[in-house]
Amino acid sequence: MGGDPRLLGSECPGCGALHFPRSDTCPYCGDRPSTACELPSRGTLWAWTTVHVPPPGYHGPVPYGFGVVELDGRIRVVSRLTETDAGLLRQDQAVHLVLTEVGEEDGTQMVSWAFAPSGRDRR
Amino acid sequence: MSPPGHPAGAEPVDIAGVGIHPFGRFEDRTITDLGVYAVRQALDDAALGRSDLQATFCGTAYGGVASGHKVLGRLAMTGMPIVDVEAGCASGAAALMLGAGSVRSGQYDSVLVLGIEKMPKGIIRSSFFDGWQETAGLSATPAYFALRAQRLMADSGITDHDLASVVVKNRRNGTANPDAMFRSEVTAEAVLSSRMVCPPLHLLMLCSPNEGAAAVVLRRRDSTAGAIRLRAATLVSHLPGSVLSESTPMSGLCDDSIPAPTARAARFAYEEAGVGPADLDVVECQDTDAARELMSCEELGLCAAGEGAGLVRDGITAMGGRIPVNPSGGLLSKGEPLGASALGQVVELVRQLRGDAGGRQVVGARVGLAHTIGRGANASVVIVGR
Ligand SMILES: [Zn+2]
Repeated sequence: MGGDPRLLGSECPGCGALHFPRSDTCPYCGDRPSTACELPSRGTLWAWTTVHVPPPGYHGPVPYGFGVVELDGRIRVVSRLTETDAGLLRQDQAVHLVLTEVGEEDGTQMVSWAFAPSGRDRR
Repeated sequence: MSPPGHPAGAEPVDIAGVGIHPFGRFEDRTITDLGVYAVRQALDDAALGRSDLQATFCGTAYGGVASGHKVLGRLAMTGMPIVDVEAGCASGAAALMLGAGSVRSGQYDSVLVLGIEKMPKGIIRSSFFDGWQETAGLSATPAYFALRAQRLMADSGITDHDLASVVVKNRRNGTANPDAMFRSEVTAEAVLSSRMVCPPLHLLMLCSPNEGAAAVVLRRRDSTAGAIRLRAATLVSHLPGSVLSESTPMSGLCDDSIPAPTARAARFAYEEAGVGPADLDVVECQDTDAARELMSCEELGLCAAGEGAGLVRDGITAMGGRIPVNPSGGLLSKGEPLGASALGQVVELVRQLRGDAGGRQVVGARVGLAHTIGRGANASVVIVGR
């Protein structure tokens, strides 16, 4: 849970698109192989909501934030958000990548990524 | 990409009969029971016997192996090709597209198109999501709806009161539909004070998954005056793009530069039918949630992009308005049995065009459009006329 987490995506040498999650075939143009790359760990909030009821197959805490984050203006990623109160978030707010615990499965603590609001006034 | 239109010399296709089992929850009936009910009604309506049909296309998402065969087996109608079709919320429309194509090409004279569903209760686990997405909490379908709703509100100046107005309109329409699950009116205040599921969407702004069946008999056109013509049955999938966005029920979350599946399906259907949005008298569209109806209306060209709010504020899509949308009450009143819902819309349009829609009749309707968008992503647009 320490260190500086990064999301792994891919960049297409054909059309130049960044895509996520990592894949050896570009989902935009079909070119392969795409090159694995680290995605920017900072971005801005594009859309957000809160999930109150655990969806099927999910064993982590509720409520949890859920949204779309734009990274460097180059790619938008569907993601968990650490902020559970949608009313505390705003359009284009700065966010950064963190790791978050999402419950146990078969005795193993599962970890996923999330974006957290940046700046002192946010958790 | 060119539209999947009529090949030269293609045979025109009529809708000869329709049938529907009410949408709702039916503890004492199997999915097969629901299908049998709808097929019997459609055959009676078409005045055809069980030996008059040459193939069956059956849409279902949760029905399982050989669902259509079980229905036709109960009716002693097996022997012909029976093809079960899955395309998410557009499963029934996919079956219709295949059935229409087989008649249009001259392969068959008469086919049965059926949609059946008995949705699991509670929040539905979908095989659509991979295990890691479930673990990470990325499989909450209403949350995707909510994100698109939030962006629509921001981009089109739509308020939560506008969303409530869509629910009020559709629930009012639904009171006149005996096949709907919810047949009581709601107030905007009740909508906005119902439980918040995923902001900005309240419980009453979301449709309920449920059970039902609908059936349509297609025939090569003969000289029957007054028959209802199937003028377009178009299905598209999402264009290539972000795999975590474009394939979700709503698409457009990560790639808003890519044309919406609904807009593409509509363009192809309008070309195929030789009509435009201004020619439509009645529309049944996908209102999985209240925002989705307004988004669909924009994408279908019923108003300019960004002007969806005016549709409800000015009563344009209300009964008696310029273009009534979801006179059946929509999915918000009927509920959504995935495999049956698209054909349920077609049943409604046929009743509207025949003047058989009772207390929810759109007077003088001649051209109708039905629309679905769902997981895959799949979008369908069907146009019928008389
Ligand atoms: Zn590419």
